[in-house]
Amino acid sequence: MAQHLPILPIILPLFAAVLIPLFGRIRVQYAWFFSVGATGFSFLCSSWLLSQVMTGRRVRYFLGNWEPPWGIEYVVDYLSGFVLVIISFMAFVVTVYSWKSVEKEIPKEKVGLFYAVFMLLVTGLLGIVITGDIFNLYVFLEISALSGYVLIAMGGKREALMASYNYLILGTIGATFILLGIGYLYMVTGSLNMADLATLLPPLYENKVVLTGFAFLVVGLCIKVALFPFHIWLPNAYTYAPSVVGTFMAATATKVSAYALVRIMFTVFSPGFDFKMVPVTEILFYLGMAAMLVGPVLAISQTDIRRMLAYSSVGQIGYIVLGISLGNQTGMVGGLVHLLNHALMKGGLFLVVGAIIYKTGITQISELKGMGKRMPLSMAAFTVSALSMIGVPLTVGFVSKWYLGVGALQAGKWIALPIILLSSLLTAVYFWRIIENVYFKGAQGQESGRQREEGPPGMVVPTLGVASLCLVFGVFAFIPVSIAELAAQMLLGKT
Amino acid sequence: MEFILAKYNYWIYIFLMMIGFYAMIAKKNLVKKIIGMNVFQTAVFLFYISISKVTGGTAPIVWEYARQYDNPLPHVLILTAIVVSVSTTAVALALISRIYESYGHIEEDKILSQQK
Amino acid sequence: MGRGNVIIRFIAAKFIPFIQLFGLYVIMHGEAGPGGGFQGGVILGASMILYGLVFGFEAVRKTYSQKAGDILSSVGVLLYAGIGLLTLLIGGHFLEYRVLPLGTPQFSSHIGILGIEIGVGITVASVMTILFFEMARRKS
Repeated sequence: MAQHLPILPIILPLFAAVLIPLFGRIRVQYAWFFSVGATGFSFLCSSWLLSQVMTGRRVRYFLGNWEPPWGIEYVVDYLSGFVLVIISFMAFVVTVYSWKSVEKEIPKEKVGLFYAVFMLLVTGLLGIVITGDIFNLYVFLEISALSGYVLIAMGGKREALMASYNYLILGTIGATFILLGIGYLYMVTGSLNMADLATLLPPLYENKVVLTGFAFLVVGLCIKVALFPFHIWLPNAYTYAPSVVGTFMAATATKVSAYALVRIMFTVFSPGFDFKMVPVTEILFYLGMAAMLVGPVLAISQTDIRRMLAYSSVGQIGYIVLGISLGNQTGMVGGLVHLLNHALMKGGLFLVVGAIIYKTGITQISELKGMGKRMPLSMAAFTVSALSMIGVPLTVGFVSKWYLGVGALQAGKWIALPIILLSSLLTAVYFWRIIENVYFKGAQGQESGRQREEGPPGMVVPTLGVASLCLVFGVFAFIPVSIAELAAQMLLGKT
Repeated sequence: MEFILAKYNYWIYIFLMMIGFYAMIAKKNLVKKIIGMNVFQTAVFLFYISISKVTGGTAPIVWEYARQYDNPLPHVLILTAIVVSVSTTAVALALISRIYESYGHIEEDKILSQQK
Repeated sequence: MGRGNVIIRFIAAKFIPFIQLFGLYVIMHGEAGPGGGFQGGVILGASMILYGLVFGFEAVRKTYSQKAGDILSSVGVLLYAGIGLLTLLIGGHFLEYRVLPLGTPQFSSHIGILGIEIGVGITVASVMTILFFEMARRKS
């Protein structure tokens, strides 16, 4: 069975997605059990795959036993194994956390359907990471996108519908551009397999069709990544979605699109093409820096806590893209480690916000006064994640900012360094507003303000777990950094 | 001149794509945006199918009088893409139907003014 | 319904079985002509929609209830993934039809592909019907 490992993280959530509507009619709890089981097994399989990859070999799996380039293959190497574990871990944690929150926010007859579509989203995201065929990437991208549109529209208020519609329009533009890019590349090479394209493309780098295809692919993926000028769909989508959906999508959806961008730029095309022939890394460098400034600046003026975290995500995506575009080993390690770190940090923050909304229904920052006494454990997790976002040493945020800063200096682009510092400062400003309200201002007009009404254990335990990982991977940073270094070496190795 | 006439399939697809793209961005009515989206995606399908044509080839179905067949792979890719397009249109129309119930009309500028 | 609909009801009642037969034909002959799972499924779904348009929604509800719709949608995908899982359990890769024990590898491939096309057709027909009726039910 071990040789069939690569397919299991995909088909287990898919089976869960199909069986949940059947069994969820009998008892609604079955939907949750199936989801937890499927994501748990996916996480175990992904971890096993990563351990296999760490011994040095790439795991390849041919669907239908057709040899590539005629068949579709799944490839697990350092980068995909790393991202697979991140995504399946966050899926597992969010699914375990989700039962109480979903029970409150989604009408009872739709809970089964919610979990089914959620499992489809997980399938789509895992499929994007593990596939080695470029058209299969498009198919899984659309599966995850459609599931995302449906899940966001399940938010209670009517603004959720418009948010989902805007996301749909922009997401479809992005996906259709990706389809066009794939078409152009297929037109000149005749192959859809990523490894095969990497060998067929180098003689054709001067060809205008290849350049056009590359441009379409990069723009389409930048729309999905929500890089600075294309980020318009993100704040509304994360604010009005149900809490569980906002948490999961903030932690994973944009990371997976960033992974796809890295794959296209460095595995299908080579670093030599990106840095010497086309100015794409320069453009991404400047857009990343712009995102790092625009995100926090817009976040400072927000009053709704989820919208503030969404704009914060826009800024953090700038870090990842900056790391990718620097072009040296250290910068790339910083960008890749930030994939993991942002998933943990933002996931932790949104998990806490979900617990707050479940217990009290509060969404405005001004109403968070005195929350430190009411929900001490959740607020402790929030503080740890917030410190990590700012980049305090001993937390994961510091690790990625360190690598990004050193990488920028090594690449000679010293201008990135003050921008990183300025961005961290602005992050501290908008998190200080919350921490000040939570800990240093008393609850308004209540004499029993210090009663503890902590969230239910099903929500608090995953939150504390994720927040503690922010500290663990900050102190024992060599664990993710070693994997990221091997991945960066593999990506930048070819010229 | 030959540059324009020989590559007429690309000109057609670009023309259609830009019409659809313009409709998606510039029109205020939500349903017109979806129609634009469909035209946009149909143009891309046209592009894929037009590049699969082989000179002197017939449709890629086994036929005893055929000397050469067209490339069937883009046809299969487009089948998948059409299914994706239909699903996206279905989700979009379901959303519009719910938006109409909630807001009372489907003009984007009126909805935005209602949201403030 | 008015008097003029007698013609439509008569023609529809006579035509719908043939439309469904044609839909099944398109599903089965996907490898020998234009067609396949999705196309045949859409034709089958269109036949149910025609029935609903002509005879009213309640008539379709009696034939094709909500529960049947949910179950059939899942059954189609289960058939597809189940065939893949079956090939996995026998020992081949996922969706490797050649290892199915049905005689020659060519025949096993044929039956495997036919099986997944039927699964896709069932799901697509069911989903098309559900979509239409969910959207048409809102009379506001």
